[in-house]
Amino acid sequence: MRSRHLQDVSGIIEEPRLYPYLSGRANLQLLSDLDMGRSSRRRVEEVLETVELRDRARDRVSEYSQGMRQRLGIASCLVRNPKLMMLDEPANGVDPAGMRFLRRLLLRLRDEGVTVFLSSHLLAEVQEVCTRVAIVAAGQIAYEGPLDELLARAGRRYRLQTADLPVTVEICRSVRGLSGVEVDSGRIGFAIDAEAALLELAGALTEAEIAIQSMTPEQVTLERVFSELTEAPMSAPEVTV
Amino acid sequence: MAATLVAYRWELRKLAAQNRTYLGIAIAAVGPIVYLLLAIAQGYPHAPLADNFGRTGVAFSLVVFKLIVVVGPAIIASLVAGDIAAAEDLGGTLKTILLRSVRRGQLLAAKTLALYTYLATAMAVFFVVATVGGVIAWGFNPVINISGHSLSALPALLLGVVSVAVYLLPVFALASFGLFLSVATRQSVAAIGGTLLYAMCLQGLAAISAIKAAHSYLLTNQPTAWHDLFQTPVAAGAIIRAVWVSAAFALPPLIGAWVIFTRRDVTT
Repeated sequence: MRSRHLQDVSGIIEEPRLYPYLSGRANLQLLSDLDMGRSSRRRVEEVLETVELRDRARDRVSEYSQGMRQRLGIASCLVRNPKLMMLDEPANGVDPAGMRFLRRLLLRLRDEGVTVFLSSHLLAEVQEVCTRVAIVAAGQIAYEGPLDELLARAGRRYRLQTADLPVTVEICRSVRGLSGVEVDSGRIGFAIDAEAALLELAGALTEAEIAIQSMTPEQVTLERVFSELTEAPMSAPEVTV
Repeated sequence: MAATLVAYRWELRKLAAQNRTYLGIAIAAVGPIVYLLLAIAQGYPHAPLADNFGRTGVAFSLVVFKLIVVVGPAIIASLVAGDIAAAEDLGGTLKTILLRSVRRGQLLAAKTLALYTYLATAMAVFFVVATVGGVIAWGFNPVINISGHSLSALPALLLGVVSVAVYLLPVFALASFGLFLSVATRQSVAAIGGTLLYAMCLQGLAAISAIKAAHSYLLTNQPTAWHDLFQTPVAAGAIIRAVWVSAAFALPPLIGAWVIFTRRDVTT
């Protein structure tokens, strides 16, 4: 039973390790054949098309760029029609064009019903392609759940610029419902729990006769949430395993 | 069984795509030519069937067997045996293929069969080159066997083919040790060097007169078992001994390789 389910799983441990002296196509055919009926030669051609390597399929893997090897590695996973695909740092050493391709491919796989388990330190990439995340800190899962929920928990952030920075910082720190106050490049960043905090801040600044030069919403990034969660937890993190 | 055959086919294809395979076969092809030129230039060596030098080229390959002793095949065997598992470990491809449906034991069996096939191919190349070279030099004429009787050229040639098969038995045993080192050390260079050292140690043992009674049971003495075929009447005792002595030398390293290979943690 267990081995039957494992047949629906494929993945790459660290970077894909393929035979440099064989062609890309031969590598996939080898892996396909070793799957003993789980995949076919026709499937090999399909996945070569999917990862856009058909034109270079006859070349030896030793002649491939790092990005092409990553794509061939993903093709080696796809060749057995997996339901669950595990990828460990698939964007390692990949150029920007390769990253875009990888992102498109992962989104396409997701849309086709393949569950992709992605392990990555490139949080911007994770934010682009993942629907659920698990954040691991010091060997413990600090958060596991939908990405949207995690970002929502971080609250909305704003960037504020005024004529009197030091006093504004003091006011920001005194307003209820306003947190994560920090100064960066002459602007103050902060998060709010609710709209009421913004109104209270505006009132306090008016009372202190400090003119607001600009206040813009800041996009919450997974990177920021990750830092907050792993360095100084926002609140008791919900741990779901 | 099907999985082993599929893996075996791919092991052969992998060997065919690597330069070191051709290096071993090139050594097997060039070796007899060098010996042929030396024989013509410097005179004929003292070896069984060497009396046929200058009369017929049919038995030339068998004379060269005597001259290359064990070290010649050891070089050819170690090139592939020492590398066949270690290179996959070093390159990380072992992880890749172990994620597929084939089992470790099947994979090792396929590698062993591919190694033996490579050796059989190398020895076949050796035999063909030596025979063709010998025939060009001295013609396709009857052979005087070890007992001094004349054998027609064609039957002698066929006996030569069987002799190559007999000669391969200890070579397989030697290669099995190389495979074991390849699996155990995970280092191609160590495995290749270790196989050569092993062959030389065996050769050294065969030179110790104090253990002369045991010489017949050393691996280094089995390559001469084909002499049985070129005697009158044809004998089989040495060939039978070559079969079981070679098996006795091959099985422990093969079992050792299997034990290590099927239990090893490939993630480290």
